[in-house]
Amino acid sequence: MSLSLKNIQKSYREPSGNRLPVLDIASYELERGEQAVLLGSSGGGKTTVLNVISGITAPDSGSVTIDGIDITKLHEVGRDRFRAAKIGFVFQTFNLLPAFSAVENVLLGSTFANRAINRQEAASLLKSVGLDHRLDHKPGQMSVGEQQRVAVARALANRPVLLLADEPTANVDQSNQDGILKLIREACVEHEISLMLVTHSQEVADQFDRVDQLSEFNRAGATTS
Amino acid sequence: MNLFTIAYKSIRQRALASSLTCLSVSLGVMLMVIVLSGFAIVEKNFSQNSINYDLIVGPKGSSLQLILNTVYRIGDPVGNLPYRFYREMQDDPRIKVSVPIALGDVTEEGSFKIVGTTTEYFKIGYAPGRSFKVAGKSFGTAFDAIIGSQVAYQNGWEIGHKFKLVHGGAESDHVHDEEFTVIGILAPTGTANDKTVFVNLEGFYLIAGHDKPVREAVKQEIEFFGNTSLTEEQIAKIEKAEIEEAEAHSAEGGHDHAHHHAHETPEIKKDLTAIFVQTHKPIQAALLEGQSRRGYRAQYVNPIRPISRLMNNIVGNIRTVMFMMTSLIIIVSGVGIFVSIYNSMSDRKKEIAVMRALGARRQTVFSIILAESVLLCLTGGVLGILMGHGLIYASAPYIERSAGILVDPLTIEPLEFILFPVLMVLATLVGFIPGMTAYRTDVADALAG
Repeated sequence: MSLSLKNIQKSYREPSGNRLPVLDIASYELERGEQAVLLGSSGGGKTTVLNVISGITAPDSGSVTIDGIDITKLHEVGRDRFRAAKIGFVFQTFNLLPAFSAVENVLLGSTFANRAINRQEAASLLKSVGLDHRLDHKPGQMSVGEQQRVAVARALANRPVLLLADEPTANVDQSNQDGILKLIREACVEHEISLMLVTHSQEVADQFDRVDQLSEFNRAGATTS
Repeated sequence: MNLFTIAYKSIRQRALASSLTCLSVSLGVMLMVIVLSGFAIVEKNFSQNSINYDLIVGPKGSSLQLILNTVYRIGDPVGNLPYRFYREMQDDPRIKVSVPIALGDVTEEGSFKIVGTTTEYFKIGYAPGRSFKVAGKSFGTAFDAIIGSQVAYQNGWEIGHKFKLVHGGAESDHVHDEEFTVIGILAPTGTANDKTVFVNLEGFYLIAGHDKPVREAVKQEIEFFGNTSLTEEQIAKIEKAEIEEAEAHSAEGGHDHAHHHAHETPEIKKDLTAIFVQTHKPIQAALLEGQSRRGYRAQYVNPIRPISRLMNNIVGNIRTVMFMMTSLIIIVSGVGIFVSIYNSMSDRKKEIAVMRALGARRQTVFSIILAESVLLCLTGGVLGILMGHGLIYASAPYIERSAGILVDPLTIEPLEFILFPVLMVLATLVGFIPGMTAYRTDVADALAG
């Protein structure tokens, strides 16, 4: 088992002082190397699920077990270390650091893990996403599609066991969308990485064998992202 | 990729703001280096290392004025000592070396001070362990002169050059007729000697007006010693010679002093501005100094003491004020770094959140911000030190020419070594609040924003 969520509850305090439940997930599991889509509308709690899984946000209750470790039992520093070592992140807005070149952005993906890669390995990752001619280009010098490819390479830099992708194709045009998805999926297969991709796009979801409707297993039914 | 590389990249991303804040630190440090080194150079030039005598003996009066006038050739003489006093000192068993010094007049060209002395002056080093190097000869005839390096440089004088003196000082318009000849040029010493023209003491007294009328000289001798060494007959004889000389002078139209130079000046008519003294033992110098404080007729001054007092009381205070001012400039520059980094924090929240999402701990992002502050402060510090010493190096020839002060651009004040730890503390202080902002960044919020 790569990922297991048990009795996850998460709520936020509203300005009125009341608690707004966002997540209430009894159980969710993902096998090693499995690829799943979490389909949900905006405000359905998709991003909160990813934040809880990655340890960025601690749930109010429940357990999140990744690669056999319940990260809810870890302190924040432990969760940071775990994330650096085991989880890859692909964001909707790529979130590349503008001051860093493509290869440096990839290097950054492993900097905070215990096993940092060298420039050659980072260049090799960029080559695997078809960007060996863009190694020293800054994000501002690359197209949107190329930026997202760099983001994928960065997410793979720490050799994660789980890749979390938050609407990775939402900001790319149709022509790049399929290419990015293919790239992510093939990379996960190649490196035996479990993939959880959250999206609101049925079109994206249709490309996956496993599609989970967030509204079906999140009993909170909140209206937040 | 280490934290300093990440910090450096962020600094480069804000190149203009970073360069300006770094420059402000470097300017502050440069000013401090100039202040510290400048005062160190001044102190070095006015310190124990700048004179090789135990005592300066002069007439009663201001000890500081005596030292400034006779050693540093600044200001007017305190007064005169009878030549007989110098003779007595030569016989004093406690005294190893005594060098007569007579000041007055300047060169017609360049207004360089004239010092009448003997060849003994050049045998004693100008500072401990440093001896005069003279290109040419030492005094042979009465009208021989040895000039300092700056005199040669500024006036373009070479050996064999003839020159005249202006009586009394630069503001006087009476030019003496006597011509002196350059027979030696001193190598640079970085002391007042570089801007001095040394003439043979014998020639100095042969200049019209430099020997006292005998009656006046006897009066001064009695005032000083309580008696005179001359009989009334000897006085009358000298007085008669004076009258004959004056008559011959007026008969020749007043401008030919050849006859005046034909004979040696009687010692009674000679006086001195000071006598430079080396004793056999330091205790003897201290005893002589104490003796002068008990109301003796002349003052024996340790040349270091008045200058130390001057340095401590005035120069030291100026140094402290300048040091504080430059410290404030550096602190203000530090505040500039704080403002620059702090203002960038709102734009960088997402960057920090991304790093946190990639596994960076709170302490890590705090350290990255602190590293930025440290890099800016230290780079500014290194630049400032290089700029400061570079400026001193570039201006050294000008200072040496204009002030006669030997400037060593590599003079490093011990306080400079404290600069870097101080800059590290400053960097930590100014980087702390922006660092805490990074530390407290809410990752989920910043990523959603």
